[in-house]
Amino acid sequence: MRDYVTWFFALLGTFLVLYILLPLAVIIGKQLFDWEMLVETLHDGLVLEALKNSLLTSTAAMLISLLFGVPLGYVLARKDFVGKSFVQAVVDVPIVIPHSVVGIMLLVTFSNKILDSYLGIIMAMLFVSAPFTINAARDGFLAVDEKLEHVARTLGASKLKAFLTVSLPIAMPSILSGAIMTWARAISEVGAILIVAYYPKTAQVLVMEYFNNYGLRASRPISVILVLLSLGIFVVLRWLVGRSRNA
Amino acid sequence: MLRVENVSKDWKEFRIRDANFEVKKGEYFVILGPSGAGKTLLLEIIAGIFIPDSGRVFVEGVDVTFLPPEKRNLAYIPQNYALFPHMKVYDNIAYGLKLKKVPKNEIEKRVKEIAEILGISHLLHRKPKTLSGGEAQRVAIARALVLEPSLILLDEPFANLDVQTRARLIQEMKRWRKELSFTALHVTHSFEEAVSLGDRVGVMLNGRLIQTGEVREVFSKPKNEEVARFLGFENIIEGIAEGRVLRANGISIELPGEFKGKLRIGIRPEDIVISSEPIKTSARNEFKAKVLAVEDLGSLVRLTLGIGGIELRAFITRSSLVEMGIEEGSEVYLSFKATAIHVF
Repeated sequence: MRDYVTWFFALLGTFLVLYILLPLAVIIGKQLFDWEMLVETLHDGLVLEALKNSLLTSTAAMLISLLFGVPLGYVLARKDFVGKSFVQAVVDVPIVIPHSVVGIMLLVTFSNKILDSYLGIIMAMLFVSAPFTINAARDGFLAVDEKLEHVARTLGASKLKAFLTVSLPIAMPSILSGAIMTWARAISEVGAILIVAYYPKTAQVLVMEYFNNYGLRASRPISVILVLLSLGIFVVLRWLVGRSRNA
Repeated sequence: MLRVENVSKDWKEFRIRDANFEVKKGEYFVILGPSGAGKTLLLEIIAGIFIPDSGRVFVEGVDVTFLPPEKRNLAYIPQNYALFPHMKVYDNIAYGLKLKKVPKNEIEKRVKEIAEILGISHLLHRKPKTLSGGEAQRVAIARALVLEPSLILLDEPFANLDVQTRARLIQEMKRWRKELSFTALHVTHSFEEAVSLGDRVGVMLNGRLIQTGEVREVFSKPKNEEVARFLGFENIIEGIAEGRVLRANGISIELPGEFKGKLRIGIRPEDIVISSEPIKTSARNEFKAKVLAVEDLGSLVRLTLGIGGIELRAFITRSSLVEMGIEEGSEVYLSFKATAIHVF
């Protein structure tokens, strides 16, 4: 007997896959027929500067989320304490707040100190993207049997040494997947950055500015470059992590 | 070597009450108890993973109750072996030596030595997830023994293995002990492991260490009904084997096969046949015995029988008891087949 149910589900699921792929294919395809504009954009100093800003700030946001998120993830995985579910809920808060509101909140709290600065961009990115690293680290550590740490201790490792030589390496693929998501979420952030730091210009904001000032055709090439760049890096990182996971 | 004094601890659904015992240098001590008796918790208190609610733990005379695990010079082998999945077998075994900053060539020498003894030299380049249960257990034991700790703690080391692998590992464990002469504390629910490996045993029921002593003594003189029921009334005899004969306390018992040296055998009470006259058969071990005690268990009666210096327990029905006119002090014949003997 044929499995009609699964076939039907696959058909329904295909809709979403096509819905995601179609705009990607269309914008890249259209731009290929407008090669001249693409080349011109690649020589535009403003665009290159904005791309550089985007890459640097999102990478910084990722590194900061690792520095603070990995220890937090470990505590959430290993310890039971009063208020743990509250902490867990706080970690997920950024996902439910509209990003424009995030920008307003940050500006109200830190005012001029972060207005129109690299710091402002990084803080906006960190706020919306850190949960990915924290949750992935927590899940990674949860999957490490605590007995492994116990054995490492009896074999002579201090608590920190056991963490560094046993728990951290085993959880690493999961942590890195989370960090990649954080990076991806950071480089795709617009709403909060728009409010906190219109300058220094990031590529995401530049796309909007070109659209508002010069229209669709002008904003398209930067969009395509941004898509290819972030997708490319995302795919390569995911591939590297996947490979280390199977090793 | 190890002394546990009045240790109590409550943790989740497990509890330990006033545990008291001692493991001597070079000894193989087995704690025997059903699952849920608190055996693992006790082991983890000794290892330093938990701190007891009250009581003290001493290793080589030093109070280690509040010392962290890495300062105790013990090695812990948990039930699931807990091999480090991201390291090759070699690096698993070398882990403790690397932490001690032993020189690299010395590490290599010692890892290879221990791997040779445990028969895992061919596995050194493998990752743990490719190993069978028996292989993984050998690696876990090697990882512990390579450090030459003052004591190794084994939690149900053979419980997850199939019957054949288990029997082989038990035999090899005896050999490794001779070769490496380590001190071990082994917790298990397996009667066979306790009798095969233990110099002394402690019986643990419901968080209490009820009886400790020489294996034969604990099995032949259970302290109370609870212990006796858990041990299954097994008769354990110790002696020296010479070929097919075991000499123990002046009697000779025919064995089911060829053995040599010190040997422990077990005979289930239900395999012992009682008669008032000798039975004419060559296939049996037959002895004249004196009835030392008669205990009424309802429809069955338990007899304690003395042959020379050995005490054995056997069951007979109430009606046979009356028929044969058995009472304390009377003389009977007991017999059992050589094939009913369990050699440990």
